Amino acid sequence: MSSNLAVAAAVAKRSLRHAFTNPALAIPSIIFPVFFLVAFAGGLQKVGDVPGFDFPSGYTAFQFVFVFLQSAAFGGIFTGFGVAADWESGFVRRILLGAPHRTGLLLGYIVAAFVRWLASSAVIWVGALIAGMQVGGNGVDIAGMIGLGFLVNATATLWGVGLAMRAKSMQAGPLMQIPVFILLFLAPVYVPLHLLKGWIHSVASWNPLTAMLDAARGFISGAPTHTALAFACGAGLVALLGLWGLTGLRRAERGE
Amino acid sequence: MSETLREIGFVAARSVRRTVRQPALIVPSIVFPLVLLAVSSSGLTAATKLPGFPTHSYLDFALTVCFMQGALFAAITAGTELATDIESGFLDRLQLTPLRPVAVLVGQLAGAAVLSLLATVVYLVVGVIAGVTIKAGVGGALVLIVLAMLVSMAMAGIGSLMASRTGRAEAVQGLFPLLFVTLFLSSANFPRNLMPVTWFRDIATYNPVSYLVEGMRSLVITGWDSTALAKGFGFAVVIAGLSFYGAARGLRTRMART
Repeated sequence: MSSNLAVAAAVAKRSLRHAFTNPALAIPSIIFPVFFLVAFAGGLQKVGDVPGFDFPSGYTAFQFVFVFLQSAAFGGIFTGFGVAADWESGFVRRILLGAPHRTGLLLGYIVAAFVRWLASSAVIWVGALIAGMQVGGNGVDIAGMIGLGFLVNATATLWGVGLAMRAKSMQAGPLMQIPVFILLFLAPVYVPLHLLKGWIHSVASWNPLTAMLDAARGFISGAPTHTALAFACGAGLVALLGLWGLTGLRRAERGE
Repeated sequence: MSETLREIGFVAARSVRRTVRQPALIVPSIVFPLVLLAVSSSGLTAATKLPGFPTHSYLDFALTVCFMQGALFAAITAGTELATDIESGFLDRLQLTPLRPVAVLVGQLAGAAVLSLLATVVYLVVGVIAGVTIKAGVGGALVLIVLAMLVSMAMAGIGSLMASRTGRAEAVQGLFPLLFVTLFLSSANFPRNLMPVTWFRDIATYNPVSYLVEGMRSLVITGWDSTALAKGFGFAVVIAGLSFYGAARGLRTRMART
């Protein structure tokens, strides 16, 4: 157990140093969510006046929650890019030889992705508060929202790492990000679920991210909703993608 | 003159071959904008109920965003091809031949042009099948294709400018997010007159991408709007002119024979 933690700490430390000392990696993961927030909360503000739009904290807070969870997902994906790059440079092969307990690798990547996301989400928080976002939730609510963000972040990290362990190449980059991007946009991004019509309503109703997004929006407005369902969906995704990441690691260990 | 055209033909044929042999380049640049169109047109249908929204169908409103996204892919395709040739030393080898820099620059765009034409036609056909009505009719659809191609070439010029100045494919790839941001900070997703946030409306008003999108969009949702079309064509020509001039200068320096 302790050696697993030691491996996790070493991998997380190295991954974070690499991410924060390389502007080409650090800046996009921080700047992109801010631009999304600006574009959605600024450009689409009028959507908050659509008949039936009844989110109590206003459109900026409504969009902030989406961008907050989106940044969590992309924090995980960027970590997956890092693992793929580590395969190309030969670093992962060396660490597979050197690590006594390799499961710690996955834990290390999850920790690194979480810390990266905390940094980028702090910037989004600052941007949203400057833009006048109303926060109705208390400290516990915000902690709940961060908890949901962590589950999204861990899910995306495990997806990215599992894919990187299989593909062992940066060429897997588009395959890492496009499904996550699509899944995110198949949730109620611009308006609440009850205002969606047609096929997008049906798809969003079954999308686990919809429950997480609704619950996180409930947290920020101080009126938590579907909390148990949201955490159950998040835990289920982490368990499922954990299996994906672990089998990817085992395949890599066998040299497949 | 005919010699220059022959040289352009050689480089263009190579560029087209190189592009069509890369499905990983073609498929995302066609599929990705269509997926975003499907999602945003469904998700933002409710916005058409706002008083003053110019159309009752968000699909009609958003179709031209695909053309703009396709143009951004053209920028990356053209820029990456040129940068790769610089990095691999192909351009250096060309200096041993009598090939002129202008032939390299224009010829290299052929791959991006073919990709853009293919993408534009697919977007238009998919849009019409999904229920989009082109208010300007068949003639308007043809003008839309021409304007979309011109916008794509203007963006390809920016990609080539970046490639000729930096000589690095990685730097060209880094341009994509920046161009994508200019799309988000424009009137691509919402009409400018309905933007209540003043600073955002100001940015969108000063952003040339707004006029490129609005020019193309006018043919779909308004009909023949000479002002919107003049601005669309005008900005596309100016961007193309400036970017090609810059790219040509950069390439001339790189291909200077010593």
